Amino acid sequence: MEANTSKRLKFTERRRAEKGRGYKQPWSLHLMVLPAALLVLVFSYVPMAGIIMAFQDYKARLGFIHSPFVGLKHFQYMFSNDYFMKITLNTLIFACSKIVLNLIVPFAFALLLNEVRNMGLKRSIQTLVYLPHFLSWVTLSGILIDVLGQTGIVNQFLSNVFGIQPIFFLGDGTWFRLTIVASDVWKEFGFNTIVFLAALSGINPALYEAAEVDGASRWKQTASITIPSLLPMLIVVATLAMGNVLNANFDQVFNLYSPMIYQQGDIIDTFVYREGLLSGQFSFATAVGLFKSVISLVLIVFSYRLAYRFAGYRIF
Amino acid sequence: MYHKTIPYRVFTVFNNALLTVIAILCLLPMFHLLMVSLSSSAAANGGLVTFWPKGFTFEAYAKTFENARFLQSLWVSIERTVLGTALGMLVNSIAAYALSKETRVFRARNVYLWYFVVTMLFSGGLIPSYILILKLNLIDNLLALILPGTVAVYNIILMLNFFRTVPKELEEAAFIDGAGHLRSFFSVYLPVSLPSLATVALFTMVGHWNAYFDGLIYMKDAAKLPLASFMQTLIVQADMTSFDAAAIANMSQRTMRASQIFIGALPILIIYPFLQRYFVKGIVIGAVKE
Repeated sequence: MEANTSKRLKFTERRRAEKGRGYKQPWSLHLMVLPAALLVLVFSYVPMAGIIMAFQDYKARLGFIHSPFVGLKHFQYMFSNDYFMKITLNTLIFACSKIVLNLIVPFAFALLLNEVRNMGLKRSIQTLVYLPHFLSWVTLSGILIDVLGQTGIVNQFLSNVFGIQPIFFLGDGTWFRLTIVASDVWKEFGFNTIVFLAALSGINPALYEAAEVDGASRWKQTASITIPSLLPMLIVVATLAMGNVLNANFDQVFNLYSPMIYQQGDIIDTFVYREGLLSGQFSFATAVGLFKSVISLVLIVFSYRLAYRFAGYRIF
Repeated sequence: MYHKTIPYRVFTVFNNALLTVIAILCLLPMFHLLMVSLSSSAAANGGLVTFWPKGFTFEAYAKTFENARFLQSLWVSIERTVLGTALGMLVNSIAAYALSKETRVFRARNVYLWYFVVTMLFSGGLIPSYILILKLNLIDNLLALILPGTVAVYNIILMLNFFRTVPKELEEAAFIDGAGHLRSFFSVYLPVSLPSLATVALFTMVGHWNAYFDGLIYMKDAAKLPLASFMQTLIVQADMTSFDAAAIANMSQRTMRASQIFIGALPILIIYPFLQRYFVKGIVIGAVKE
């Protein structure tokens, strides 16, 4: 009897100890995830259910339940629409040029920055080039609209120094495209060097020491040590960027475009906004948005799989 | 060895000069506009201002701060930034703590993680989100600017990775002293990872301060527009109707716009040095996994 009690005591003690170590109370962990889970349910999953309206003729007064189903009508209209093809092309042009330049420019800049031995100078350069990343497109567009305007400082400079007629950077389709891509690189190239600088600092110094002993020039060292060491990072970043092929950056285009250059400057996201919220074509706009989301989803999943397969990259 | 060769020395001089010029060019447009904002309207309109103020005056700033609508939206922005960051950090860091536990401890962890990650990959899009806010009656309500973006999955993942680097022994000591998970989060993990969490908080603040689109579509009442949305209507859509005619009459729109751009960006410029000190470290810590 006595032995039994002490045994039970021991058992409860051990259970209490286990409880104390946190292994037996996952309910508190569930509780900790709960607020985030609920918010995501309401503000992310409920709108996903709202996608049903892409297959309806949604009328606010009828709601989701009573609005008539029209099947793929909006998608058929979308694909037979010349303007939709145009904005898809614009989106692709913007996004792809940005992806390529936002890889090459930061990569080159990181390599050059790596050669700056003076730490003070290096830090100052970094401080200056990272800054535009943190300013919003509203701020930057305000600056660009002024600076690139007909009487802005850029046109003043061009006419005083080169005698060029004023250029409509934001009013001419071709110049608009260039401006969009160039200003995006301006905003992001500095910040995008961070991943490469981190990879640079991870290169084993012994490799360089060995190269020194062998009498390799700096260029030789860069070509045979630095660039090959950065290549895996470059491949990962490039692969992950594939998910952005339809992402031309709404905020930037929205704050810089104007009806004059819709033909060369309108993109899918701005079109969805105007069609949906300004013209009230809720269902059609949702269908266009859904088209973009689905393609992006496929690309993202595919690119992450590739990055995982070939570089062992994972986010968590 | 190589630093002593003449070609490399020449290269260094050129390289340093090139990078310095690029860095300065990056900031030159902003600097020019700052000078415009500090110049007299006549000089600004005549295009006489380059990189130094002509007819130095703070008049444009003074006029902007006299505008009641401007001050209102400044307040809305402060409210949303403070409340949004506080709520976001609380909700996300607690969730990140729970999700940083191994599957052995928290069996549902992976299910939750995928539940969150799915929202990173796919979303309902603009129109359904807008209709949701409409149906929830949150139009013209500050919560419409705070709640939809509260859960930032990327931040949860960053913090989850910070929490994993906290030594297990600290937590075990807390558990032996009888602490539960909540207690271990608030008394052990939170103080230990404060610098890393500060990075995430700063990024969240910048995000809230810069967000303009939600204000634009959810705030029908112009008095409730946050500053970024107000700026967007003023500067980009060039809609000056919210300034009274008398205020604009003796001011050039150019100096006014320039001053508003800088007032809008000022908080970011102020916290930038702190951001910079932390973010490289933060990103590197978040990116390194065992």
